[in-house]
Amino acid sequence: MIVLTFTLVLILGAAIAGFIGSLTGLGGGVVLIPLLTLVFKVDIHYAIGTSLISVIATSSGAAAAYVKEGITNIRLGMFLELATTIGAIMGAVLAKHVSTSGIAIVFGIILLISAATSFIHHEAKIDGELPGRLSNWLRLNNEYPTETGMQPYTVKHVTGGFVMMNVAGIVSGLLGIGSGALKVIAMDRIMRIPFKVSTTTSNFMIGVTAAVSAGIYLREGYIDPGLSMPVVLGVLLGAFIGSKILFKAKTRVLKFLFAIIISILAVEMIYNGITHKL
Amino acid sequence: MGKHRHTPEDKDLEIIMGNLLRYGVLFSAIIVVAGALIFLKQHGFDQSQYTFFKGEPERLTSYKRIWQTAFQGRGRSVIQLGLLFLIATPIARILFSIVGFVLEKDLLYTIITVAVLMVVLYGFL
Repeated sequence: MIVLTFTLVLILGAAIAGFIGSLTGLGGGVVLIPLLTLVFKVDIHYAIGTSLISVIATSSGAAAAYVKEGITNIRLGMFLELATTIGAIMGAVLAKHVSTSGIAIVFGIILLISAATSFIHHEAKIDGELPGRLSNWLRLNNEYPTETGMQPYTVKHVTGGFVMMNVAGIVSGLLGIGSGALKVIAMDRIMRIPFKVSTTTSNFMIGVTAAVSAGIYLREGYIDPGLSMPVVLGVLLGAFIGSKILFKAKTRVLKFLFAIIISILAVEMIYNGITHKL
Repeated sequence: MGKHRHTPEDKDLEIIMGNLLRYGVLFSAIIVVAGALIFLKQHGFDQSQYTFFKGEPERLTSYKRIWQTAFQGRGRSVIQLGLLFLIATPIARILFSIVGFVLEKDLLYTIITVAVLMVVLYGFL
């Protein structure tokens, strides 16, 4: 394929990845890496570097739209960034010692975990349960706008959430994704934060986390301009459209859509990793 | 419970921060597009090759060399410079947050945010 065609096709593909990533709050990475490696046959190292850049673009580009809605919990995001950024450095260092097929398999497993948690349905409960001492001290409890007015919520299991965030950071640095799925799990499942809040707060953290590992990857030579350029431009376009839709979309539909897509991609990645096709 | 809602200052700060980031991304994207035009003009009809990882030349991995070669008008370097700006936007967000927390006299979150900044700079430099 000549460079011009490759560029144009990739812009389109990345736009779709960015759109889905933005809708689900996961960044473009989870769709982008399978797209680059499985469809465009790009070496996974390049794919990871490129994906990190696009993850930053999605996160930073959508931030303005998210904060206007008043959903993002800035203090919670900042506190958890401590865990994710330290993890991101650990992950980027770890990436040097893991083989290509190893990365593909780990990637697939992470995708499956993300999908599985989405299929387990849990009612959208906002409990008035008392928050722990730590979340009071850190002033993490907040409220968010719903159709029926401002809804207060409390933050549970701060320590558990923090540890999970560190894992999310490691995964982000290792696989070049925002690991928004793990972040949402940490906040949604462990810390018991409403889905819309966890999604947007996750988006808030993803950019900073990805920037840490992107800096490391750039200096290691994993970031190629010819590849990153169409991907970044495409993802930005897709994310822009996605961020316009978020507030109206239904939580369950979002999760279901996302779960189906990534399950298919996960199986592909694991299969290709085991057969050393990647 | 419920004492720590979004204060008006909080909300303003977030909106400014969000816009700042958006302009940062827009600025980076413009540089990337400019680089892309140069790059495609020179190499648009070459064969693309990304199947094997070769690593990038030093002019695309060292901050100083990216800066230098971008100003020599080399397409890939200009794109890389734009990408570098993009990577830096979240760092601007952290800096801005520190200012915000200082203005709000929030000592705890000033310390937390400075700690995040130090971790990020460690990865970057």
